[in-house]
Amino acid sequence: MASDKIFQVSDDDFDEKVVKNTLPCLVDFWAPWCGPCKAIGPVIDELAEEFDGKIIITKMNVDDNPVTPGKFGLRAIPTLILFKDGEVVDKVTGAVGKSQLVDLINKAL
Amino acid sequence: MNTDYQLIIIGGGPTGLTAGLYAARGRIKALLIEKGATGGQVLLTDWVDNYPGFKDGISGFDLVEKMTEHADRFDLEKRFAAVSSLDLKGETKTVFLENGESLTAQAIIISTGARPRPLDVPGEKEFAGLGVSYCATCDGPFYRNREIAVVGGGNTAIQEAIHLTKFADKVTIIHRRDELRATKILQEKAFANDKINFIWDSTVKAIEGDADGVNRLQITNKSGELSSIDVTGFFILIGVIPNNEVLPLDQLETDPGGFLITDNEMLTSIAGVFAAGDIRDKQFRQIINAAGEGATAELSAEQYLANLA
Repeated sequence: MASDKIFQVSDDDFDEKVVKNTLPCLVDFWAPWCGPCKAIGPVIDELAEEFDGKIIITKMNVDDNPVTPGKFGLRAIPTLILFKDGEVVDKVTGAVGKSQLVDLINKAL
Repeated sequence: MNTDYQLIIIGGGPTGLTAGLYAARGRIKALLIEKGATGGQVLLTDWVDNYPGFKDGISGFDLVEKMTEHADRFDLEKRFAAVSSLDLKGETKTVFLENGESLTAQAIIISTGARPRPLDVPGEKEFAGLGVSYCATCDGPFYRNREIAVVGGGNTAIQEAIHLTKFADKVTIIHRRDELRATKILQEKAFANDKINFIWDSTVKAIEGDADGVNRLQITNKSGELSSIDVTGFFILIGVIPNNEVLPLDQLETDPGGFLITDNEMLTSIAGVFAAGDIRDKQFRQIINAAGEGATAELSAEQYLANLA
């Protein structure tokens, strides 16, 4: 079951929901045809529960939203980019393990 | 029974799903543990053209979904968690999870599989996700109208190179020998595709780029001549390495590459511990034999459990 603490973000509301957010945001860039994106889904759900209130976790479908992935030079998915105060803190690519994602999130806390 | 389960299966690719299906259908108290989502490397595969019963072919994604649903029909218990280590000696086998929990079973099937082998050249780590990729299915669409390269000469490399021509203008296959190892039908398709060209008898020495990512590969041929090609994407598809990091390699017999050695019935060097699929030492890694070995391992485990009772 997908966590209800995760919401989808689009090119249209990326600024409002991510860049201008006062909390750190982790954006999971994914697409429906990407197997490894599906593979990290359960881990992302767990993180959304564990870091609830400390960080916002969002997903962007790169098929429907070409502008934002282009802006950040995306060439692979899944890519997870961590934002704080509108700036990129760090990112990881590929179906990495939970501990590596926790390390990533901690860079913004 | 004084263990949590009769059988624990570690890894939910085609091998683990088949073993799980057989176990659940055989009314064995079994658990399948998977760290990500079920499917394993099939999730990296664009198109499966040779799995019997699917005469028109099937996408890797759909095949995984069908296999998972099939195991679910027999109520296979699944747990999505990462294993940190195993203790396999003795009659009770213990599986330690990353979250600190531990689970016990009388028998274990190791189906942790394999993952793409890195090329081990300068620039590979630096540009991972910035032009260096191991998954054509995932990253191909980012290379619309670009020029890219693939290294490898086996089935995976050639199949995925053909897939990449749906997006890229030009796909260069760099191979260290002067002929491909891939099956004939794939070779024919690749040779007939005018977006694909080949650099034979050559290896990539370095991956170069800038802040935007990869922009050039340095190549050397058999006689030592250097050259370079300008590409923005580089797909490394040169075989696999075993997912054996959580396995007690001091307790299990392996080949020099770290793959597990079993007998014909999938029994490892430890009683009650079976291994099947891509983690095994073998020449051919196909979805169909991964699934077949999963069935064999489970039936062997059932027999082992019956003899314990």
